[in-house]
Amino acid sequence: MRGELVYMGTSENKNEYDIMESLKDTLDREKNEQLKDIVVGSIYAEAEKITRDVVTKNSGKKVDLDKKLDDILTSKYTGFPIMFLLLGIIFWITIVGSNLPSEMLSNLFFGIEEHLTDWFMYMNTPQWLYGILILGIYRTLAWVISVMLPPMAIFFPLFTFLEDLGYLPRVAFNLDKLFKKAGAHGKQSLTMSMGFGCNAAGIIACRIIESPRERLIAMITNNFVPCNGRFPTLIALSTIFLSGLVAAQFSNLAASLLVSVLVLFSIIVTLAISWLLSKTWLKGVPSSFTLELPPYRKPQLGRILYTSIIDRTIFVLGRAIAIAAPAGIIIWFLANINIGGNSILNHSAAFLQPFANLIGLDGFILMAFILGFPANEIVLPILIMSYMAEGAMLELDSIQAMKELFVDNGWTWLTTLNFMLFTLFHFPCGTTLWTIKKECGSNKWTLLSAIIPTVAGVIILFIITQLARFLI
Amino acid sequence: MNLTCKTCPKIALNQNFNIKLEDDNELVIALAGNPNVGKSTVFNALTGLNQHTGNWPGKTVSNARGNYNYKDKKFILVDLPGTYSLLANSVEEQVARDFICFGKPDTTIVVTDATCLERNLNIVLQIMELTDKIVLCVNLMDEAKRKGILVDIKKLEEELGIPVVATIARKGKGLNELMNKTYNIAIGIETTSPKQIEYPKIIEDKIDKISEKLQGISKNRLNTRWVALRLLEGDATMLESINKFALDREDAYNEGGTCIYGY
Repeated sequence: MRGELVYMGTSENKNEYDIMESLKDTLDREKNEQLKDIVVGSIYAEAEKITRDVVTKNSGKKVDLDKKLDDILTSKYTGFPIMFLLLGIIFWITIVGSNLPSEMLSNLFFGIEEHLTDWFMYMNTPQWLYGILILGIYRTLAWVISVMLPPMAIFFPLFTFLEDLGYLPRVAFNLDKLFKKAGAHGKQSLTMSMGFGCNAAGIIACRIIESPRERLIAMITNNFVPCNGRFPTLIALSTIFLSGLVAAQFSNLAASLLVSVLVLFSIIVTLAISWLLSKTWLKGVPSSFTLELPPYRKPQLGRILYTSIIDRTIFVLGRAIAIAAPAGIIIWFLANINIGGNSILNHSAAFLQPFANLIGLDGFILMAFILGFPANEIVLPILIMSYMAEGAMLELDSIQAMKELFVDNGWTWLTTLNFMLFTLFHFPCGTTLWTIKKECGSNKWTLLSAIIPTVAGVIILFIITQLARFLI
Repeated sequence: MNLTCKTCPKIALNQNFNIKLEDDNELVIALAGNPNVGKSTVFNALTGLNQHTGNWPGKTVSNARGNYNYKDKKFILVDLPGTYSLLANSVEEQVARDFICFGKPDTTIVVTDATCLERNLNIVLQIMELTDKIVLCVNLMDEAKRKGILVDIKKLEEELGIPVVATIARKGKGLNELMNKTYNIAIGIETTSPKQIEYPKIIEDKIDKISEKLQGISKNRLNTRWVALRLLEGDATMLESINKFALDREDAYNEGGTCIYGY
């Protein structure tokens, strides 16, 4: 019930006041819900009966097909498995498809780097300038482009394809019930789906939720699902994670399955945190809404390619490059300015090490997440830079080389898993936080939106790490 | 000047919705219906350039109003937010409900989409429970025809017990008849007998009980059956609205300062 009623009447209206008070007693949520279902049911039955009498369809083939599709895609039993399957297929195509171009790109960039190095030698460039420009900026950019571009160029068109087909509203429809059960607004399923694209966009989309309570829940939990900036990291790491565990011919399949499971897990955590919030700080009852399922459309291939390549791939990559380049310089300085015989990066990493160890990461990883605050895309490149600056000048190559680099730095399957989970659950990127601040106007909730995911991540990692160390 | 408007309850109620009537020849018409059914097209076709937009008092929901003249009357057309129901699930639905329930427009035109009549009929049936001053406009007849959907207008009229007009608002077709029916209903030359939904006994019993209580405050200003139904469904906003719009209160009537009615 929303707030208390205030009666402004005079004493002669006492009678009315009493009646109003007694009417309040009829408001009993549990019972009302059942009665409402009966009332709405009667109205729907009547509408259906009248329609049968007055409407005749000659060739409603398209409508029928739509309806049949909807029956399958939004059914209680087949809806979720199909959702999961589609997600898996998309990741599988992405992983399989991006292996080769990734390798080609990195070979190309490595070739260019050799020439650049020759040229720098020829020009007698001072060592520090060479370090900043080539080892700092150029390598970072090369990593970002060769590791991230191919998966993005494949994943985004596929995702846009589903969007264009009209499948995403069906996903929202499937998830609506779960969000209601979590005490949140059904529309949160929509804002969460947008979050898969970009969390900042998802948070702006939360405007569609009217109740301030439910809007806050949706905003705080939006960051729990991975955005476009984090998918490439997840995809790359899942391939690494499984390359040693599963037979080679199944590794792509297993990797796509793993990413799907991670996405599913992120949705579950979103629901759990929403539920927790609606039971504690943001108590209240969910309000209902009407979701219109648009007709299925034939996707326009040209438009798909355009939006996914220009709007998404180039945008995300551009942002990554714009931030990775200066970050590259900063990392290079951090790794090369020595205080007391050790670099600043080492000092910071060493400082974070004890805590990082508790949750199964290492100091460099935590540093990478902190330095990657401006954009999630660059967490992995920063980490690679930190490791490489450490000494072993690894020549950049495929994902396999990345794996070797990580293993050399003491990674185990547990580290990889924890890294992936922490990618899902940590503070939102700078843009997202700034958007939250602008949308809710409260410092407190903005701060909480950063703290809640981080704490959740730390708890999850801690449990997994301690459990794994105890069992193995 | 500071008249209490007990003598002109309708005006006082309209005052809550910021509608200023100039004389007796003006009639207030509400335009309701689902989103995306061409409601705005109907609105624009009827009012032309004589419209202005604003917000509902105290709400972030925008509202549009316009006038048109038909025969000897001037009609003020109020475009309600497009909603799927009147169950006050959202601010839009609450605004639409409050206007029809407490603003008491002279007629409510419900615009529907001929291509998906079934979904659209829900709000029609709900409004029919609330008022008998209602005209149904089945729009997008051309699109329905293209999709091979035929709507039997005569039969629909019989089933519902209210006037039904088929229109293609985009091409201006059927609008004259719509204005004509609206005129007839508004000034009472034509009456309707909206079909009422009969609910299972468990509901009907409860309706009777609550209605009885409501008699004490309604004094014929409320459709008690309808309000009882909303309360049964646990709609707390209904009580707020009754408190705001329908109680005998000096301050309620004087809220807007002087009575806009004139003198």
